[in-house]
Amino acid sequence: MLGYIVRRIFATIPVVTVVAVLVFLLLRFTGGDPAAIIAGDSATTQQVAEIRVKLGLERPIVEQFVIWIGRIARGDFGESFFFKKTVAELIRDRLEPTAALAVCTILLAVSIAVPLGVVAAAWRGTWIDRLVMGFCVLGFSVPVFVIGYALIYFFAIELAWLPVQGYQRISEGFGGFLERLILPSVTLAVIYVALIARITRTSVLEVMGADHVRTARAKGLGAITILLRHVLRNAAVPIVTVIGLGVALLIGGVVVTESVYGIPGLGRLTVDAVLARDYPTVQAVILLFSVVYVMINLLVDLTYTFLDPRIRY
Amino acid sequence: MTFIRRIAAAWLAVSLLWCLIETAPPARAETTLKAVMHSDLKIVDPIWTTAYIVRNHGYMIYDTLFATDAKGDIKPQMVGKYDVSADKLTYTMTLRDGLLWHDGKPVTAEDCVASIKRWAQKDTMGQKMMSFVKDLVVVDPKTFKIVLKEQTGLVLPALGKPSSNVPFMMPKRVADTPASEQISDFTGSGPFVFKKDEWKPGDKAVYVKNPQYKPRSEPASGLAGGKVVKVDRVEWRAISDHQTAINALLAGEIDYIETPPHDLLPVLKKDANVKLVDSNPLGNQYVFRYNTLAKPFDNAKIRQAVMVAFNQKDFLEAVVGDPAYYKVCKALFPCGSPNESFKGMDGFLDSNFEKAKALLKEAGYDGTPIVLMHSTDLAVLTNLAPVAKNLMEKAGFKVDMQSMDWQTLVSRRAKKDPPAQGGWHAFLTSWVAADILNPIGAGFINASCDTAMFGWPCDKELESLRDQYARETNPAKLKGIAEAVQVRETQYPTHVWLGQWYGPVATRKNVTGIIAAPAPAFWGIEKTGR
Repeated sequence: MLGYIVRRIFATIPVVTVVAVLVFLLLRFTGGDPAAIIAGDSATTQQVAEIRVKLGLERPIVEQFVIWIGRIARGDFGESFFFKKTVAELIRDRLEPTAALAVCTILLAVSIAVPLGVVAAAWRGTWIDRLVMGFCVLGFSVPVFVIGYALIYFFAIELAWLPVQGYQRISEGFGGFLERLILPSVTLAVIYVALIARITRTSVLEVMGADHVRTARAKGLGAITILLRHVLRNAAVPIVTVIGLGVALLIGGVVVTESVYGIPGLGRLTVDAVLARDYPTVQAVILLFSVVYVMINLLVDLTYTFLDPRIRY
Repeated sequence: MTFIRRIAAAWLAVSLLWCLIETAPPARAETTLKAVMHSDLKIVDPIWTTAYIVRNHGYMIYDTLFATDAKGDIKPQMVGKYDVSADKLTYTMTLRDGLLWHDGKPVTAEDCVASIKRWAQKDTMGQKMMSFVKDLVVVDPKTFKIVLKEQTGLVLPALGKPSSNVPFMMPKRVADTPASEQISDFTGSGPFVFKKDEWKPGDKAVYVKNPQYKPRSEPASGLAGGKVVKVDRVEWRAISDHQTAINALLAGEIDYIETPPHDLLPVLKKDANVKLVDSNPLGNQYVFRYNTLAKPFDNAKIRQAVMVAFNQKDFLEAVVGDPAYYKVCKALFPCGSPNESFKGMDGFLDSNFEKAKALLKEAGYDGTPIVLMHSTDLAVLTNLAPVAKNLMEKAGFKVDMQSMDWQTLVSRRAKKDPPAQGGWHAFLTSWVAADILNPIGAGFINASCDTAMFGWPCDKELESLRDQYARETNPAKLKGIAEAVQVRETQYPTHVWLGQWYGPVATRKNVTGIIAAPAPAFWGIEKTGR
């Protein structure tokens, strides 16, 4: 097992390298010049050229890449073109809101979706099943920003129960922290509830028809015991896979939610950096995302071994 | 009985205590004004960039030697008194008493000279002014002289210019930073102090009241006069989504939005707790900019055809919509400013397509498609390019409108490549009217070929007129020169001006004292209760 983990961690190196090369090249070949953006509206061509020299953008692309990758190897992500801050500082500032939002969303989604999926499977073909599946279709279909604005209108403006926007760090008070996370988490959770509930229902239905469940029933075990001990555990592998996938997708999916709720997280940092052609920041954030993605996949794979003893690496 | 008496006494004591608590004056709470500006603060050197958000940041923490008041007149700000020699070749300026940097050290003439030198390396008007300057001499810690080679009327207008790049004063150690590098020390002497430790790009920028600031005694007027700060703290919150910012204002989570979009103004007007304030009376001007290097726009007659084909109302209606927030103004320099004139504008900006077609035929337009850059992510600009395309096509142009985000446009407009190889023919943008009050400050009129702004117009006559304007010291004669510039612009168009528009500031009702100025001023603003 340990050997497997080490191998998987080493396997991230080529993945991250490919991502690094691709991101670097894509940014260089996409239209846009950070120097012109920094210089502002009234800048002359000469002023733009001076800034390009200052940022090192006039150097050959290969040289720029070597300098950047050399720094990354030393753990230095460089300095943002725009903010007088290091990229590491920028990411550190933005990590907590995104992580908090992602964790809250996934906890909320799992705690609602798994019971919903199980209920739909247990009452298959009834109005309960149809209601749950109808909600899932709705959850998939309605865009995140529509859900966000609707929730803001009802709960923040009309009822004034929750704040419209913003983020409060956990160190500044847990109440305020949680208060500001409720609406964004619910908004973002809707689609994941729909996804996880559907997979749960399908998976549970499949296991409920299996021989060992029939045997358990024949032995006279209660429905709850069968569900918890024999069905859910065996249905867990696809559910965990989709939850893992959900967590990974969440990292990219927070962009809209962060914008709608004015949360200063990594999603907004990425969008701002892309629009401003802030190369060092975009490169670092995407590298970080790719590492997180690989790690989550590794965690999901390892979870399989606990859920299904037949799986060994 | 004793028990009842004890209860009564306890009740009385509690009641008295309650009364005392109720009537005691509350401890003074810190007043924080939460504002959403038009953009997030990313760069913090107002000399390094001309971006308006950085200019606004500059006005928070720095002060200026002179400033433009509400009437457009230049008034002393940090300068206590100044004197112009009889031959108009020496300006002697003395700083007023009590000026301190945020670190407590006194502002000196040496600091001001260093600041002027750095600013003048970047700013167009500063460069022009310095071309007349023989020397900047420090006389004593509070006095310095600007010695000219020849007379110019530019000294005070340049030092008191209201918009980018504003000549903000910085400590010498900061101003000595090469103009090509960003400063990293944000010590100013302005009415607010920048809290660098609380600045989180993409989240908020924080300013606190400068307790050492000594405002002028005159009342605030435009960007001049006494900068009296009436809130303890100002937070610029970065909310990129307009709807979210509006919702936050309605819910009372923020107090001020600098530029609410026009299409959401009806939502704000309906709310009794919100008000709209016209804080920039001169407003802004839409502009269509040609690339004079790219065929067929290298031909002035073809550029004239565009001016003849356009009309301002179509553009203003498409973007602003509500006539309360726009003004059709055929003057090159903003209506309401001293250089406003309509001379030479007959026959232009009336959408006379027949005349435009005739001009195109006369000029031998060969049907080359005009690459028109269309920015899609800024609400105040998005609808302009489709209107331009429509009007140009009606006049007989072929138009290749290419959509892109604003930053791509900004990068592409700096390229001199032919339009078919990644260059461009034209794009549309907007200027703050305060930037274009005269032929020197208005960057698009600069027709100095390679050193001109993107579009690179090249015209000796325009340059000669700009030079005359710079040399003229008699204010009465300036308007005549500005009119001549306007007439020349119709013969050798460097850009087309497409009307003025205004955007009110939106605030909660409890926010008062907003000063009308070409840049947002946070001094004078008061916030009471909720």
